[in-house]
Amino acid sequence: MTEKDWLASLPPPLLQVEDLSFYYGDQVGCLDINFQLYPGEVLGIVGESGSGKSTLLNCLSGHQPPSSGRVMFDHRQQGLVDLFALSEPERRLLMRTDWGLVRQNPRDGLRMNLSAGGNVGERLMAVGARHYGHIRGQAEQWLGRVEIASDRLDHLPTTFSGGMQQRLQIARNLVSQPRLIFMDEPTGGLDVSVQAKLLDLLRGLVRDLNIAAIVVTHDLAVVRLLADRLLVMRQGRVVESGLTDQVLDDPQHPYTQLLVSSVLQV
Amino acid sequence: MCKPYSGYNYAYLDEQTKRMIRRALLKALAIPGYQVPFGSREMPLPYGWGTGGVQITAAILGPKDVLKVIDQGADDTTNAVSIRRFFENLAQVKTTEDPRAATLIQTRHRIPEMPLQEQQVLVYQVPQPEPLRSLESSEQETRKMHGYSEYGLMQVRLYEDIARFGHIATTYGYPVMVNERYLMSPTPIPKFDNPKMHLNPCIQLFGAGREKRIYAVPPYTQVRSLDFDDHPFSIQTWPQACDLCGDQHSYLDEVVLDDQGGRMFVCSDSFHCQSRQQQGHLGARQRQEEQAHD
Repeated sequence: MTEKDWLASLPPPLLQVEDLSFYYGDQVGCLDINFQLYPGEVLGIVGESGSGKSTLLNCLSGHQPPSSGRVMFDHRQQGLVDLFALSEPERRLLMRTDWGLVRQNPRDGLRMNLSAGGNVGERLMAVGARHYGHIRGQAEQWLGRVEIASDRLDHLPTTFSGGMQQRLQIARNLVSQPRLIFMDEPTGGLDVSVQAKLLDLLRGLVRDLNIAAIVVTHDLAVVRLLADRLLVMRQGRVVESGLTDQVLDDPQHPYTQLLVSSVLQV
Repeated sequence: MCKPYSGYNYAYLDEQTKRMIRRALLKALAIPGYQVPFGSREMPLPYGWGTGGVQITAAILGPKDVLKVIDQGADDTTNAVSIRRFFENLAQVKTTEDPRAATLIQTRHRIPEMPLQEQQVLVYQVPQPEPLRSLESSEQETRKMHGYSEYGLMQVRLYEDIARFGHIATTYGYPVMVNERYLMSPTPIPKFDNPKMHLNPCIQLFGAGREKRIYAVPPYTQVRSLDFDDHPFSIQTWPQACDLCGDQHSYLDEVVLDDQGGRMFVCSDSFHCQSRQQQGHLGARQRQEEQAHD
């Protein structure tokens, strides 16, 4: 098999980002971002605060139209489409069916006044599920998959611990069987043992369900465990990219070297 | 002494305001269930007492109209009496308690038990026009949800009811789908009255004064109460019949009689109950009283 044949045999990319830039007035949010994400692949985006990670995530997840450049997505029905050329209802439907968004603070991603079951069932009802028993059954099954006891199904998320809330948020997003999930600092604010458990769970789910994921974090340990590939951002630009182990073990750019060497060793 | 209400325009509102409200009403009738914004005016009664309903009534009332005002099903409660007197004085209209004789009925919390006809208008007083308000606090977001028909969240509220109480425990303001397009709050009428909205020959108008919204259900429009396949919509039922008129199919109010646990159930629709009694229907309590007299 020649290299050309091998490239042709690859599935088409799920997400394709072309020359994406975003400006806040004349301030650069992110500049000339290019990458491709393939089905089932986990991409980590790391960088310090203010490096444009969250701006980039907002553009990619359809919440903020970029100043220039395109975000192409492999739509189930329409094939490769420009995300911001879709109509708003189409984009919103995509966001609550084929995509997931796990926020850093579970209180932003959950409906705190609805029970755990209602939170998980919301996406099912949004696409027309109208059988209470089936919805509840699925909610219960998903709570099981994220290791929440089924007797907590009718409890409010306010009665859950931080780690449980984060797991509930993951279940709420995965119930619609998305192909792409965005995670913004999924382990922020959790203590290390809970972090480790959550990462383990996430890694299992992403592998089992073959979900592509984009994980934005400043925590290098998180990407080491989760991500296949890595983008290192600084001042709105991608300064280095490559396989995770390659970037972390043999950093080329001075900033990446600084970042890797800044991690505290215990 | 001059007449108490001299110096006001016919039916209180000025003609430009009435035109503005009528335009909103026409738009509302053209898009069943859609909430049309309108320039709600200050009325000489407090918000929450029916300022929206009063403005709609004032905008469409004419000298030939016959007006009935209902408050919680009754014609003789404070709100009904004051609004009726307001229009008697300011619009010189005839008023009635008989829903069959009325051309215009303003109501709070009930739809009359007697079926309504074409040529009749039913005006509802609406405290909160947005059915999604308790679930989504952003007005911008709820408007998008209406625009794109994203109504899954309303279903989540019913899900929560079943999860918590074992059945859909919402008994009033039960959300409905109008013409299979717009989700609508039917105002705080009991869900008992929801089926009456479906394919009703009369015009149903809804006015929310504080929230500045008007919406409408034109005659013979589909109105479907939301439910689940395995928890279908059902209306309230009572084991008792009305203690005064013996009706087994009307909406009953529980009336506490003493501090010994004495209570009775009577029709909430006062005219319906009285006319049945005049026709000779008697409830348990009436029969007891008759026996005591004999």
